Parts: sequence; structure tokens; C-alpha cells
Amino acid sequence: MSIPPYRQPDVPVSAAAAAAAAAPVTPPTERFATRTSGMIASEIRALFAVASRPEVVSLAGGMPNLAALPLESLSVEVADLVARDGQVALQYGSAQGVPRLREQICEVMREEGIEADPNDVVVTVGSQMALDLITRIFCDPDDVILAEGPSYVGALGSFAAYQARVVHVAMDDHGLVPELLEEALRSLAARGVTPKFLYTIPNFHNPAGVTMAVERRQRVLDLCAEYGVGVVEDNPYGLLGFTGKVYPALRSLDRDVVYLGSFSKTFASGLRVGWALVPPAVRDRLVLAAESATLCPPSFTQMLVSRYLENHDWRAQIKTFTEAYRERRDAMISALETHLPEGCSWTVPDGGFYVWLTVPEGVDSKAMLPRAVTARVAYASGTGFYADGLGSRQLRLSYCYPTPERITEGVRRLAGVLEAELDVMTTFGIRGRADSPALQGGPQAPSPDTA
Amino acid sequence: MTDRTVAVLAGGLSHEREVSLRSGRRLAGALRGAGLDVREWDADASLIERLRTDRPDAAVVALHGGEGENGSIQAVLELLDIPFVGTSARASRRAWDKPTAKAEFARAGLSTPDWVALPHTTFRELGAQAMLDAMVERLGLPLMVKPDQGGSALGARVVRASAGVPGAMVSGRANPDTVRAERGGGGTEVAVSVVDDGPAGPRALPPVEVDVPGGVYDYTARYTQGAATFHCPARLPEETLTLLQETALQTHRLLGLRDLSRMDAVVDAEGRVQILEVNVSPGLTDTSLLPTAVTTAGMDLGELFAALVERAVERG
Repeated sequence: MSIPPYRQPDVPVSAAAAAAAAAPVTPPTERFATRTSGMIASEIRALFAVASRPEVVSLAGGMPNLAALPLESLSVEVADLVARDGQVALQYGSAQGVPRLREQICEVMREEGIEADPNDVVVTVGSQMALDLITRIFCDPDDVILAEGPSYVGALGSFAAYQARVVHVAMDDHGLVPELLEEALRSLAARGVTPKFLYTIPNFHNPAGVTMAVERRQRVLDLCAEYGVGVVEDNPYGLLGFTGKVYPALRSLDRDVVYLGSFSKTFASGLRVGWALVPPAVRDRLVLAAESATLCPPSFTQMLVSRYLENHDWRAQIKTFTEAYRERRDAMISALETHLPEGCSWTVPDGGFYVWLTVPEGVDSKAMLPRAVTARVAYASGTGFYADGLGSRQLRLSYCYPTPERITEGVRRLAGVLEAELDVMTTFGIRGRADSPALQGGPQAPSPDTA
Repeated sequence: MTDRTVAVLAGGLSHEREVSLRSGRRLAGALRGAGLDVREWDADASLIERLRTDRPDAAVVALHGGEGENGSIQAVLELLDIPFVGTSARASRRAWDKPTAKAEFARAGLSTPDWVALPHTTFRELGAQAMLDAMVERLGLPLMVKPDQGGSALGARVVRASAGVPGAMVSGRANPDTVRAERGGGGTEVAVSVVDDGPAGPRALPPVEVDVPGGVYDYTARYTQGAATFHCPARLPEETLTLLQETALQTHRLLGLRDLSRMDAVVDAEGRVQILEVNVSPGLTDTSLLPTAVTTAGMDLGELFAALVERAVERG
């Protein structure tokens, strides 16, 4: 069959466009700073838009499960806050944060063995802001930060935004390995490099799900002191242990540690209240940096958190949360044991939100994600948690949000996707051989509002 | 001004959900600007009930990939007797199946890069390595390996050496499991949109040239502002622009498309047009190609779609 050419009716080209024909239509974006080069559209991120639909079991995001919050009494608290303290709650506050809340934060930290002065606490808009500010005041471009491999994706984002270089130190089932830390410190020192700080999540690690063994903690601190490297301890999950055990914070062993805390997981992530506990020598600079970023953290949400801590049994609420999370962790581990093909291994967290799964060699978790989403299950591929391209064989599974039944179904679907992947790899003779990732560029992990 | 009610359908469950939501939002705003009463609906379990009870005068499908392009949603709209902007269910299905569409182009004497599309089972049963060798021998390198259906460059990979082919066949596939390998040649990437909004019949808008610094128009290049540079009209000789527009009109007619379509093509060094594919539901985001062409033609996106809605209603 042949179709005769069609006569093209006249389509006007607008005068302005014709005049600009030689000029590109897209506005030039070369004015963007170099440090924003990673802030680009991401195919992976786009897939998480599908994961937010109820048909998909999302094991990808890190949204806390707030179902157990006492909303009725909180609404009374909010109304009373406006009625009694509205003139203060709706006004600017201090850049360092509401004084009464800083005292209460010290009480919360006491649970982990920390003795702190409220004057050394700086309240921030979530601990993410503290992380950003700490990087801002410590890091020049090309400075080196040590971080566990894998590490929290939001921290890697902050470090990248300040053009710091991340050197990962591997973990095992007991967290950061001191011998590997020493090796990294020695090798950097031999090149004349002193890292600005070690960034560590000692408890119920995101994404790895492991906890730094208590006996390793002092050794890690000693090594950093020996090499003149600061320590930033990020501890949003510390009180969310399933065995009732609370691990001693690194800060409880060493007053020079910068400690980051948060109410996002123990109370309400939407309030965005976190904090940094810093040595006095750091405090003033941090407060000025905070002032230039936001003037002050929101008075309203700080005062609400303060009232909550005052008037509610927050310890009992945390217990309710951890019971829900433990039930979900059990469902996930049991489903992994039942359904996953041979060659997979995973961590078994005793707190927090995440299981870190290693799939058989040759499987590329990032390239597999579109197929998983088609099969109605989502996860966060491992590469997003490394600054150096590792992690293609790993993925993070979150159990914090879905119900146990949904978790079981999600893992069952994931197992089917993995089986199919292994089948195709066998056909093409690439089983056991790593392949370069197909999907590149932009954020590799879900946005905060992805369940 | 009109009191037409129109439902913009966007979202869905395909991998292109995010892009579709952006298209839908942009289109809804443009239609409201043109005075229409717009509702924005996701393609979920509540859609049919909404369509039945609300009965908009017309629907516009801004769903990309999957049900939005393979004729499924169109079939639902036809079943419910709701007029809609865009191609019929049957013709959508034909355009969606890329090998079928490419075979149609070839039969009509239009050029399209040589290709092979095979399901995974064929490779397994007949021996993958021998098949891959034959494919590379026939198509040459570089190869474009992509899922057999879908758009937005999701999953597409460029393979420059034979050793990379097996890996691309594994990671380039989607469900269903058919992978398409296509000869990848250099050239100028262009997109030509066709609209049929008046009595004169379909017309092709000025071709848009896509200039990507890295050379690969992948997802990041498509949806990062400024990552790709568009030139409209394309920086090509006048006769090539005309040839592109005529070819786009031919593909539109050949596949029985309706109201609007977008042809993606490459113009090689000799000025020949190689058709890559034709889309029945072109992207309408800030960085999409059809809106760029509409602007260059001095038209308004809202008015264009308002006219297309009117035609859909008249068509019944």
C-alpha cells in the first residue's frame, strides 16, 4: 500500500518564533550553580509516583505509621495552644528554638544516657535541616566526609549540595567495622587528607537495618579522635528498638560528638521538629547559620511538641509505635524467609524501619525496579544509598507503613519479579555477572511523601 | 466562552504516571483558561462511576503509556458513549504496538529504522547467543534496545558494543517480555505534531528539533528543564521541514489517528526521514514537544484543545 504525499496546509509560524528560529526555545539554564548538577529529573523518582497508588505495595518509602496517634486529644491541645498562647505561638521566636522545648529535648536524650545543657541544643526544621547546617558550617567543596556504606540518602544529598566528597566505610551485622574505619583513616592520612567528620547512624540504621555493637562505639570514637576527625551521630530511630533495649548514644560517651535528633519518628513527622546537640564551641556558629536559613524554627510546632511532651505519656506512645513496627518487621522477615529465591540475604533489624536486602549476583536492583512496579511492588534500589555507584545488588525494604498483610503480599510479588529476572539472566548467559545500570541520573530514592 | 464540561484523564498506573499527571495539570489549566469547566480524574477504580454519573460533555485522555495509549481507556469511553479527544480505541491499539506500526510505515514506503522484536521465550527456546549474534549482524551497532511498548524513553538503552547486548536485553525489557532492538543511527532528532482542529483537515505543526548535549534523549534529558534544547522550527533546510511535515501527516492518516498525534523521527546526514514512532497521547508538560510546536505556530494550547473538545462533541 502506498499513500500519496499530503499537501501540508499553511501553518503559520508566529513572527516572534520565526525571528527567534535560530535561538533555542528552552531557556538557558547555565546560570545554575555547579553544585545543583545532580538536581535533575529522575526516572526512578518518577516510578515512585506509581508506587503511591493503592494497587502497588510500596516497600519503598520511609513514612512513619501515625495511625496510633491520639488525634482527638491533640486537637484539643492545638486549640488550647492558639487560645492561650497564640500571641507567642504565631510570632517569630529565637533562632535557637523555644527554651522550654530545649529543656524537654534534654529529658528525651537522657533516655539514651546523654547529659546535656539546654543551651547547647539548637532546634531545627526536622533533623534534615540540622544535617544541612552542620555540613554548611564544616564543609568546603572537596572536603571529605566519612559515612557508612550504605548511608542515609538525605545526608548524601546534603553532602552533595555542599560539594563534599563522601568516602564510605563498610558495615557488617554489627554496624560500622572499626578496622575498616581505621584503614580508611590511615589511607586518607597517607594522602594528607583529614576528613571533616564521620557521619554515622549507630542505631537501627537507615537503610542497612543494623546497629553498631556497643563494644565498638568507644573504639570508633577513639579512632576519630586519634585522626582529628569529628563525629556526627544521626539518631532518629534510637528509641524505636523492639527489645526494649536503648543503646547508649555516642554522645553519651564523648561530649564532642555532634548529635542529631528528631521527633519525626517518635511523634509526628509533619511537624518538622528536630534538633542538634552540639559542643559549645560549635553552637554560636550553628545558630547564626540557622538564622540565615530560616530566621527561626516555627514557634507553633515547637510549642505543640512541648505541650505533647508535657501532657501526654510520650514514652507509652513510643511503645505503641514500636509494637506496631515490630509486628511489621516480623511479617517482612517471615515473608522473606518463605518467598525469596536462593542467593538472597538480608539484615534482621531489632528496631527502626528498614531491612537491607542483597539479591543474587548479577541482578541489578535499579534496572529491575520498573518491572517490580509493573508487578505492583516498589522498593528503594541500593545505588541511591551510596555516593560512589555501589549498591546495585542491594535494595531497601521498608516495613514501617503498610499493614503486615500487605507486606507479605509485597514480598511475594517481589519474589516473583526476582525469579523472572533470574530466569531472563540465565537465558542471556549473564547470571552472576554484573551489568551497568540502565537508569541513571537524579534522585534514586522516594520523596518524603512517598509511603 | 463555553459551558462545556470536560474531564481530563491523567495519572493511571503506567510508569509514565508522573509525566501524565504533569500533562494533565497543564492541560486542565489551559482548558480552564479557555473557559471550559474542567474536572481532573485519575484512571482508577472510581473512574467509570464518575464518568457515568457526571457525564462530562467530553473527555481528554492525558494518560501516557499503558491504558492511555493502548486503546483501553478509549474503549471504555466508547463503551460509555462519552465523546473524547484523540484516536479511537482500535487505531490506538494499532499505533501502540510498535512493530505493527513500523510494518505499516515500511509497507507505505516510509523509512523506519530496521528492527527486531522478540519475546524472551524465543531467546530461551532457540538459544540466546546465536539470536543476538544474528541480530547484531543484521542491524549493526549502535543498537537501541527498548521495551516493545511504552514511551518517555523509559527503559531505553543505547548499546555500542556487542558485549553490552545481553545486559541490555535483560534490563531493557518490560512486561510483557518482548524487547525491541532497533538500528540506532546518528542524525537530527525531531518531533512533528499533527493537529486536526479545523475544517481544513489535519495539519502538521512546525517540527521541533531536540538537541541533547549527551546525545541521548533519555528520561532525565526529557524532563529536566534546560537539559535538552529545543529549536522550533528545526534547524534544517526548508524542503526537509516540509518533508517532515508531510511524513507526519502520512503517518497520522496511515494509522487512522484522530485529532492529534506526534511523530518522532531522525533526519540522517542525507536528509532522509527515519520514523521512530508515532504517539497518540503526546506529552503536554512544560518540557514537552507538542506544546512547544503549538507556541511556535502562534497558537494557544487551551484554545487548541477547546477546539478539539468541540469537534469531539460534534462527532458524538
